[in-house]
Amino acid sequence: MSVPLVSLRGVSRSYGSPPTVALSHVDFDIDRGEMLAIVGPSGSGKSTLLNLIGTLDRPSTGDIHIDGHDTGAMSDSELSALRAFAIGFVFQQYHLAEGVSAVDNVATGLLYSGVPASERRARAAIALDRVGLSARAHHRPQELSGGERQRVAIARAVVGEPALILADEPTGALDTRSGAAVVSILADLNASGTTVVVITHDHQVAERMPRQLGIRDGELVGDRRVGDLVGTAS
Amino acid sequence: MNGLRSRLRARDLVGLGFHGLRARPMRAALSALGIAIGIAAMIAVVGISTSSEALVKQKLAALGTNLLTAAAGTDFFGEDTELPVDAVDRVRRIAGVDQASWSSTLKKVHVYRNEHIDAGATQGLTVAAADLELLGATSTPLASGNWLNEATERYPAVVLGAKAAERLGIVSVGSRVLLGGKQFTVVGILDRSPLAPELDTVALIGGPIASELFGFEGAPTTIYERGDDELVAEVRELLPATIDPESPSEVKVSRPSDALAAKNSIDQAFTGLLVGVGSIALLVGGIGVANTMVITVLERRQEIGLRRSLGATRGHIRSQFLVEAMLLALYGGIAGTAIGWGITAVVAAANGWLVSVPALVLAAGVGATVIVGAIAGALPAARAARTSPTAALNA
Ligand SMILES: Nc1ncnc2c1ncn2[C@@H]1O[C@H](COP(=O)(O)OP(=O)(O)O)[C@@H](O)[C@H]1O
Ligand SMILES: [Mg+2]
Repeated sequence: MSVPLVSLRGVSRSYGSPPTVALSHVDFDIDRGEMLAIVGPSGSGKSTLLNLIGTLDRPSTGDIHIDGHDTGAMSDSELSALRAFAIGFVFQQYHLAEGVSAVDNVATGLLYSGVPASERRARAAIALDRVGLSARAHHRPQELSGGERQRVAIARAVVGEPALILADEPTGALDTRSGAAVVSILADLNASGTTVVVITHDHQVAERMPRQLGIRDGELVGDRRVGDLVGTAS
Repeated sequence: MNGLRSRLRARDLVGLGFHGLRARPMRAALSALGIAIGIAAMIAVVGISTSSEALVKQKLAALGTNLLTAAAGTDFFGEDTELPVDAVDRVRRIAGVDQASWSSTLKKVHVYRNEHIDAGATQGLTVAAADLELLGATSTPLASGNWLNEATERYPAVVLGAKAAERLGIVSVGSRVLLGGKQFTVVGILDRSPLAPELDTVALIGGPIASELFGFEGAPTTIYERGDDELVAEVRELLPATIDPESPSEVKVSRPSDALAAKNSIDQAFTGLLVGVGSIALLVGGIGVANTMVITVLERRQEIGLRRSLGATRGHIRSQFLVEAMLLALYGGIAGTAIGWGITAVVAAANGWLVSVPALVLAAGVGATVIVGAIAGALPAARAARTSPTAALNA
């Protein structure tokens, strides 16, 4: 347990030329089992940071280690395998396939792990149960509320039992009550051992997390831990 | 981590391809249409020509392919010249020859319906003296009446070729015609002769009566020979020198079954046109598929980003869109093959042929479309694989 699950050192990311800097010299570690919020105003670089942690993007400079492995030295297919087996993503816009039932959407989370179709569906049903949506298994996304859709997306992210969940504004499109339910589910996942990173610009949501990283104009401006909140999320 | 690799099962890959097409069925159908038309044209061309060939082969099997015809060339004025009088006897002595027969055009003799017809109105008909074996040697069927025999070949009796009877207006035996200024009785009418079509426009009379009335001296103009199937080539070599030892190069030998086999009912120009149209349609269809795939890839950038986040490699993304393009083309190929087969069946039914499209051709048609799909999909699929996962996901 000495190696952090995620470790960033001097990570910067700029886009285009002349380069506009989206992220500048970021250093921090995330340990296994942590749950943390990345908080900051719109355009501050939160999604950029999350994409880098999730290996969907590579830093312009700096190093990112995941479970001790240098992602900069890994090939595209090695990074893909990392995402398939170790990382689950949750997005603000859900990104569910229309016209496909909830259970099949969740099963897609195992598609690139080479799991046979029948096992994918069985495990998807269990994951849906974890987010309290067993009754909606055969509903299509358009027949579900926003909160339910996001829970389907969470089930898809966790169906492969990844070590790390990365959620980019998961409550951004939801009303307060649905948002609270989503945060509770993420807290439950964390309680059962999964490391959870939640991006939010909503301070109320951030307040419920045991650790908060503040980000502004691409720079890390704060790292606050409120240890005693662990387990109080219900 | 832990040496695990992303893996997409082959079944799931095909499933993804179908799923992508199902999302926009109308677009898929229209994109596949060009390919369907191309393949339909190609299959129809091949199907129609093989079906008609099948019929020709069947006919030839019944008629035999061992008939050789030897004729004297035409002279300086375009008139048929004659072969030596004893040529037929010499031909009969060639090893491998079973049967030899002859006919001799009587140039100055013409046939008319009756004496009221103008002498110039020959209607393209000729009169020929014939050997009694001619009918058997050429496998020419009789439509009605009888062929000449040892009795009737001495009398003013005539057997008319199919077209000759038609043009003279003769429908039944027993009628009379004016032949070389004499009344001849029609004793038989022939059917069309597939192997010796020149007999269709001839009025045939016996050798003896031709000698008696018209001074025929026994020199044939055409010799018909049948023999051993295996020895046809050898006999063919020997025929000219056997028939006319003095000027063998004047003798023209032909094998009517070859001409029949070559005379395919499908016009070559028509075939060329359809193959041309088919290939252009296939090319345009391929471009249509490529175009559709380019649009699809642009529209589905979010899906691509999501799949990358779920662990798909660039290769998985490329394969997905490649398979989708191939399936799209395959739809067109299957539809086109069915349509092409249908066209063949209709044409075959109209001509009384048996439908015969080689399974290999059908398989090749479908296979060709898959290749077209793979080529058309290659570029869009490569673009899909290069799509940045982040840009679309955070849009
Ligand atoms: N693909 C990109 N190309 C160019 N600029 C980008 C791209 N992605 C993000 N940016 C810029 O980087 C900055 C940070 O964006 P982002 O990480 O999305 O912020 P947040 O998620 O905090 O709202 C913004 O100024 C944005 O315009
Ligand atoms: Mg963002």
